[in-house]
Amino acid sequence: MSQDSTLQLAGLIKGNEAALVDELITAMRNKLMRFDKASESEIRQQTAQLLKLLELNIPKTTTHNLNDSIWAETKQLLTEFSHARVKQGYTPAETASIIFSLKEPIFKLLRASLTDQPQQLVEELATTTALFDSLGLYTIDVFQKAREMVISRQQQELLELSTPVVQLWQNVLALPLIGTLDSARTQVVMENLLQKIVETGALIAIIDITGVPTVDTLVAQHLLKTIAAARLMGADCIISGIRPQIAQTIVHLGVNLEDVITKATLADAFVIALKKTGASITNSAA
Amino acid sequence: MKTAESGAVVMPLYSDEDVVRLRKLVREELAALGFGIVDQTKMITAASELARNTLKYGKGGECHLGKLNESPKIGVELVFTDDGPGIEDTALALTDGYTSGGGLGLGLSGAKKLSDEFHLETRLGEGTTVTIRKWKFS
Repeated sequence: MSQDSTLQLAGLIKGNEAALVDELITAMRNKLMRFDKASESEIRQQTAQLLKLLELNIPKTTTHNLNDSIWAETKQLLTEFSHARVKQGYTPAETASIIFSLKEPIFKLLRASLTDQPQQLVEELATTTALFDSLGLYTIDVFQKAREMVISRQQQELLELSTPVVQLWQNVLALPLIGTLDSARTQVVMENLLQKIVETGALIAIIDITGVPTVDTLVAQHLLKTIAAARLMGADCIISGIRPQIAQTIVHLGVNLEDVITKATLADAFVIALKKTGASITNSAA
Repeated sequence: MKTAESGAVVMPLYSDEDVVRLRKLVREELAALGFGIVDQTKMITAASELARNTLKYGKGGECHLGKLNESPKIGVELVFTDDGPGIEDTALALTDGYTSGGGLGLGLSGAKKLSDEFHLETRLGEGTTVTIRKWKFS
């Protein structure tokens, strides 16, 4: 594309911003269901800003590759634009379609000003389309990235949340496990438990699996490894929260838990743990 | 073995998350068919073992979940297929405690014990198919 043709586009936008935005808003009103007054004024303001930036930046470059540093400010604006739409509940397609909808009114302007230069008109239309396509697609990218960041943050939070080691009594720790025990989380569980054993000098650790829906051989192996490591550090482990269906499954699988003390409930396990550490509970009413 | 009725659900198995999704699907299907909690847990655990084998030894594959109806009993069928290296010695692989990958060596034999029907088909260099079924009288 020639420098000449892009200059034409910038010149056309200049002085016509208000009209362009008006046409866009009218088009949007017909297209989008959720288009209300509040978002209208915001979109009005942001698209006006976008057009200003375009008219400023288009003459400076011949590339519509948004990775070019000239487009940094425009990308910043589009990022804000996209995030604002996320908050208002727009879909990625609706967000991008606002940007794409700017094309039609600009095409109209181009056609009007270049009626006698068909060759240049075609070129202008092609470059304008390319530019607005990459702008619109960029808003989708940003939208997607915002979602991905939320997901990865939640994954991190889950990893942390699900593995608290609590002290029940002097020398007695409890590890209530919840959810799926995949390898990454089991690693965190093991580290947390062993670390806490060092810190507290605990003699007994109760691993409660009430919240673990499936105990297959991999889960069993992870549990056995954790127990072996704790034992090396001088702490005995009790597994509690074994439900009837899990017990039957473990028997069918042939997993050997005979060397491990197991109990049906955390309360039972706690009583055993107290006995082992020399403490006892007495009922004062008796 | 006869094949399941049409309308089997296909689950890809290429990551740990896929195994979690499969367990959830099996749980929902069995609960919907009225299987008890023990049978549900057995089948979910068997599915988990076989899915993990598909992932670890078969380098990924898929699971077909189908419903069976042989009045007066109904059932569920899970077919795990992979294009992995296959199993050299199936009798050895089904031995309690034998593992080639550092596990407990109880997964494959456990899945057999946990299900009502178990069928293993393997060809060296071509892949492995494991079918398990669970029945109940409706």
